[in-house]
Amino acid sequence: MGQSFSHQTAVVLALLEDTSMRTFTQRTRAAGLLVVALFCAFGAWAFLSGARAEAQRADRRAEGLAAWEQVYTVLTHPRCINCHTATNYPQQGEERRRHAANVVRGPDGHGVPGLNCVGCHQKSNADSTGVPGGPDWHLAPLSMKWQDENDKPLPSATVCQQVKDPRLNGNMSPQAILKHNAEAELVLWAWEPGLRPDGTRRAAPSLTHAEFVNATRRWVEAGTPCPPIR
Amino acid sequence: MAKYQLNVNGERREVSVDPSTPLLWVLREDLKMTGTKFGCGVSACGACTVHVAGVATRSCVLPVALLGERPVVTIEAMANDPVGRAVQDAWVERDVVQCGYCQSGQIMSAVALLKHTPKPSDDNIDESLGGNVCRCATYVRIREAVKLAAQKLK
Amino acid sequence: MTNSKTKLEDVNASRRGFLRASATAAGGLLVSLYLNKHATAQEGVKPDQIPPQPKKNYPPDAFVKIRPDNKVVIQVNRLEFGQGVHTALPLVLADELDADWSQVVAELAPAADIYKDPLFGIQMVGGSGSIAHSFMQYRELGAKTRSMLVAAAAARWKVSPDACRTEGGVVRGPAGQSLKYGELAADAARQPVPATVKLKDPSQFKLIGKRVKRLDSRAKCDGSLKFGLDLDLPGMLVAVVARPPVWGAKVKSFNDQAARAVEGVREVFEIPVTRGGTGVAVVADKFWPAKRARDLLKIEWDETNVERADSTRLFERYKQLARTAGLNAAARGDAKAIERVSPADLVVAEYEFPYLPHAPMEPLNTTVRFDGDAAEVWAGSQFQTFDHAAVAEVFGLKPERVTFHTEMAGGGFGRRAVPDSHVQREAASIAKRFKGTPVKLVWSREDDIRGGYYRPMHVHRVEIGIGGDGMPDAWRHVVVGQSLLEGTPFAMMMKDGVDSSTVEGVNDTHYHVPNFSVTVHHPKVNVPVLWWRSVGHTHSAFVMETLIEELATRAKADPLAYRRKLLKQEPEAKKLRAALDLLDEKTAAWRNRLPKGHAVGFACHESFGTGVACAAEVSIVNKRPKIHRVTVAVDCGLAVNPLTVESQFQAGVGFGLSQLMAGGAVTLKDGRVEQRNFDTYVPPYMPDAPVAVDVHIVPSAEAPTGCGEPPVPVISPAVVNALTKLTGKRYRSLPLVAV
Repeated sequence: MGQSFSHQTAVVLALLEDTSMRTFTQRTRAAGLLVVALFCAFGAWAFLSGARAEAQRADRRAEGLAAWEQVYTVLTHPRCINCHTATNYPQQGEERRRHAANVVRGPDGHGVPGLNCVGCHQKSNADSTGVPGGPDWHLAPLSMKWQDENDKPLPSATVCQQVKDPRLNGNMSPQAILKHNAEAELVLWAWEPGLRPDGTRRAAPSLTHAEFVNATRRWVEAGTPCPPIR
Repeated sequence: MAKYQLNVNGERREVSVDPSTPLLWVLREDLKMTGTKFGCGVSACGACTVHVAGVATRSCVLPVALLGERPVVTIEAMANDPVGRAVQDAWVERDVVQCGYCQSGQIMSAVALLKHTPKPSDDNIDESLGGNVCRCATYVRIREAVKLAAQKLK
Repeated sequence: MTNSKTKLEDVNASRRGFLRASATAAGGLLVSLYLNKHATAQEGVKPDQIPPQPKKNYPPDAFVKIRPDNKVVIQVNRLEFGQGVHTALPLVLADELDADWSQVVAELAPAADIYKDPLFGIQMVGGSGSIAHSFMQYRELGAKTRSMLVAAAAARWKVSPDACRTEGGVVRGPAGQSLKYGELAADAARQPVPATVKLKDPSQFKLIGKRVKRLDSRAKCDGSLKFGLDLDLPGMLVAVVARPPVWGAKVKSFNDQAARAVEGVREVFEIPVTRGGTGVAVVADKFWPAKRARDLLKIEWDETNVERADSTRLFERYKQLARTAGLNAAARGDAKAIERVSPADLVVAEYEFPYLPHAPMEPLNTTVRFDGDAAEVWAGSQFQTFDHAAVAEVFGLKPERVTFHTEMAGGGFGRRAVPDSHVQREAASIAKRFKGTPVKLVWSREDDIRGGYYRPMHVHRVEIGIGGDGMPDAWRHVVVGQSLLEGTPFAMMMKDGVDSSTVEGVNDTHYHVPNFSVTVHHPKVNVPVLWWRSVGHTHSAFVMETLIEELATRAKADPLAYRRKLLKQEPEAKKLRAALDLLDEKTAAWRNRLPKGHAVGFACHESFGTGVACAAEVSIVNKRPKIHRVTVAVDCGLAVNPLTVESQFQAGVGFGLSQLMAGGAVTLKDGRVEQRNFDTYVPPYMPDAPVAVDVHIVPSAEAPTGCGEPPVPVISPAVVNALTKLTGKRYRSLPLVAV
C-alpha cells in the first residue's frame, strides 16, 4: 500500500526521461533541417519571410493551443480540480461534491487546527480505509482556482491565463510549470489515486501522466498560447 | 500480521496486527483504550479523534502501517495535559455532555484548536470543531465550554 | 403520552406500592418498590400481551444501597443515553433522603420486574416519561429510606424519631447526637418499611428544582466511561453481519473462502435477521478482521417475493391516498363545511416527509454469552423488558435464566426501543454457536443507516377554509404514513385501526377550529419503521405550525397574538398559553429589532404533556439557514433539574434540525437505501446548529412532565417560518434541499 507510492513515482519518472530523450532527438533533427533550409533558400526567404513567419507562428500557436486543451482536460479532472476550488472548501468524488464533514480551506489551504487536511490524508493512499493521500495534502491557493464559486469549472481560456500568470501561479516560469507538472508529488498522485472506501479504484485522468507532461511541454514550447477569452 | 512499535501517550507499546488495521481499532481492541470512539469509520464524525504528532487525526481511517514513528496522544492522556485538563474542566463546569459518546473526539479537537489558537473566535470554533458530530447536538454548550477553557488558560 | 395534572401535594405516597427491606451480606440497606398491576391498565396495555417477565432474578431487588463508607448507591430504573435520568432520579431520591449529594453514586439497573416503568408496566425509556412516571416513585423511595434511617438512629439513642432530623447524610438527635447514614445502614435495614411516609413540602427541597450538574460528566470527558460498545470480556469475540440489500430477502448462496482466509476469523454462518430475512454472520477475534472478512464475502441473495420500496413511487402513492378520506382520527362540527368554502378563502397544502434514521453516535451493539442453561446479556437498551425476553426466547430459556445488564448508551432517540428486539435476536443467534464465549455484535454505521427502523415517510394534505375574521373555520386533514404500532405488542393501543402516534399533534391540537376533520391512512410498506424522538410530533408540528403562521400572515396578524386567539381556553391549552406568554415576554427585546437580512419565525407545540413555544432568528448564508438565536419557553410542570431542562432544550432543538439538513433523509431506490454513512446521510454539525439558545421555564408546582422529546417538534417550523419571511417561499417538503 504505502511503499508502492515511491516505486510508482520512480516508474513515472523513468517513463518521463524516456519521453524527454525522444523529444530531444526529434527536436535536434528538426533544428538541423531548419538550418539547411535557411542556408539554401536565403534569397527566397528574404522575399517570402514575412508571410512564412506568420504562417509558422500560426501553426505553432495552433499546436500549442491543441496541447493546452489536453492539459486543460487533466486540470479539470476531479482528481485535480477538487482541490483547486474557488470556495472555502475542497471537493471529493467523481461528481465533485462538497467535501464531507465541513472540511474547510483554512488560512493557508491546509485546513484548520482540529480539522487539518493531514488529519485524514496521509503521505500516501490509505487503501484499507479508502482515504487518498500524498505528501503535504492541501488545497491550492485561491489564485489557482480552476472553478467558480458555484463549483463550475472555469473556461479553458481563463484557466490558461491564470496558470501562466506568474502573479497567480506562485511565480512559476513556463519551464517551472513544466517541471511542476512532471515532478510535483501531488500532481503525480492523480495517476495513482488509490482505492475508494468500497474497494474500487478511483478514476485517473484520461491522459497518461507522460501524455500530460508531453502536452504541457508542447504548450510551453509553443509560447504558452491561450484561447481568446470570450 | 505485522509487529508495530507504537508510542501512545508517551509509552512504547508493541502490537501485532494486520497492516490494514486502523489506529482506532488498535487503540480500542489491542491496547484496550476505549476512550477513543468508533462513530462512522469514514472520518465523517470525529468521534475517533486523537493527536498524531500533534495533529488532530481521525484514527478510524489511519491504517497502522502509515503511522510510522509518530507519537499518538489520546483522550486518556488529556487529564495530564494542561490544555486538555482545562478543556475537560470547562466541559464539566458547563455541564456539556449528554450521551457523551462524541465528547472524547470533541475534546481532542478543542484541545488541538486551543493549542494553536489560544483565543478562538466563534468562527474558529465552528471551523475547528465543524467535523465533529454530536447527535445530541450539545453544540451551544460545547462552544461555551471552549471559550471558558480559553479564558482559564489565559 | 401522558399528561398528569396531579398536584404534587395531592399524591398519596403509598398509592402505588409498598417497600420491603432486606439486609445484604455487606450490611447495606436495600429498599425495593413493588408496583401493583393497576399501573399497566392505565395505559390500556393488557398485561398478558407483554412478554412474560422474570421475577426479580438479578440482582437482589434494590434501589438504594447505603454503604458503610457513606456512599449512597442508587439504581436508575431505565437507560441513560443522554437525557439525564442517571442524575435526575438519584437527585429526586437523594433530596427526600436528605443524602449528601457528593456521596451519591448512580447505577443503571439491570432488567428486572421491579425496575419496570410504574405507568407503562415495562422497563423502558419512552414517551418522555422517565421523570413524569418515576418522580413520585423515587421521592417515596427516598423518604422511606430516610424514615428507616431515622428509626434506626432513634432506637440507638432511645429517643423519639420525631425528635430527630436529617441533613446531608447525617441523622441528628435532640441532644446533639449525630450518626452518619453509613453507620446506620445495617440497623436501618432491619427496620420495618413504613406503609406511608410524609413527603417534603416543595419549599423544603434542597436538590429538586435546583440546577444540579450531571453525575456522569467527568467520566464522559476523560474517556473512562464504558459504553456498551466499549465492553471487553475475557475471550470475547466480535461479530458483524452481512444483511440482505432489501428487508426480507434471504441468502441464496454464499462463498466465504476469502473471508475465512482473513486472520482472526473464527466462523462464518447464516443467521435469521429481521422481517424473515437471513444474513451471514462473521465472527472474529476483533472487529477489524470481522469487517474485512465481511467485505470479502460473495453472497447471492434471493429477493423473490420481497417488496422493493422506492421513495419516489411511495410519495406518488401516498399523495394519491391523501386525496381520499382515511380512517377517522378526529371529527368535530360539520364535515362538509370545507366543501362550501370559496376558492378565495381556501388554503390547500400538501407536505412530504422522508424516512429518517436515528443514527445515534454509538453504533448499535449487544454482547451475549450463552452458557447452555443460562445466558448473560449486555446492552444499551431502551426496552429491557422486550430485549430480555427476546434473548431468552432465542435460547429457549426462561427469562430468569438470562441476566440482562443495562449498559450506558451513546444516544438512541428511539432506536434502542425496538419492539421486535432484532439486534438482540441477532446477537443471541450468533452467541448460541459459541457456548461459554461472550460475543459482541457490532453494527457499523453503514449497517445503521441502511438497516431500517426509520421514522416513517409521511404525506399530509390539508384543506383550510378561512372565516370572515381570518381565523380557520373548516379544516380537513389527511395524514398518510405507516403505523408504528401495528404488528408490535403495542398494537392493542390502536383504536379502530388508527395509530394515534401517526396523527398526534394534529388530531389533538389545542387550536380550536369549529369544523375539524382528521383522517389517516396506514399503508403497508416493506420498510421497518420506528419512533424517532418526539414520534408523530416530528411531522405534525411542522405541518400545524407552518400553516398557522401562514394563516396569521394571511390575516396580517401578529403570529403570537393569532396563536393565542386560536388556542382553546384553559385547562386544555394552559401550558401552551403559559409558554407563549413567556416567549412573548422573553423575545420582546429582540424580535422586532433584527439586523437586515434576518427574520424571526415562531412555533408552539405541546407534546408529552409539555408546552413549548419557540422563536428562531434566521438569515441565509451560503444558501443555507443560519440560525443566530433561538429562544424557547417551556412549561414542563415542576422542573426537577432546571439545568437538565435547559440542556435538553438547547441541544434538542439542534437535534430537531436534522429534519432540515439538505442531506437529512433516507431515500430508497428499488428497495435499496441510497445513503450509507454520515457523508451521505448528513446530521447537523456545529455550523448548522443555533449559535445561541436561551431557555426559559414557566414557574410551576404541577407534576413534572417530560423534556426529552418536546424540544424537537418546534424548531423546524420556527426556522422555516423565518425562511419564508426572507424568501417568500413555502417549504412543504423536507428535508430542505434548497432554500
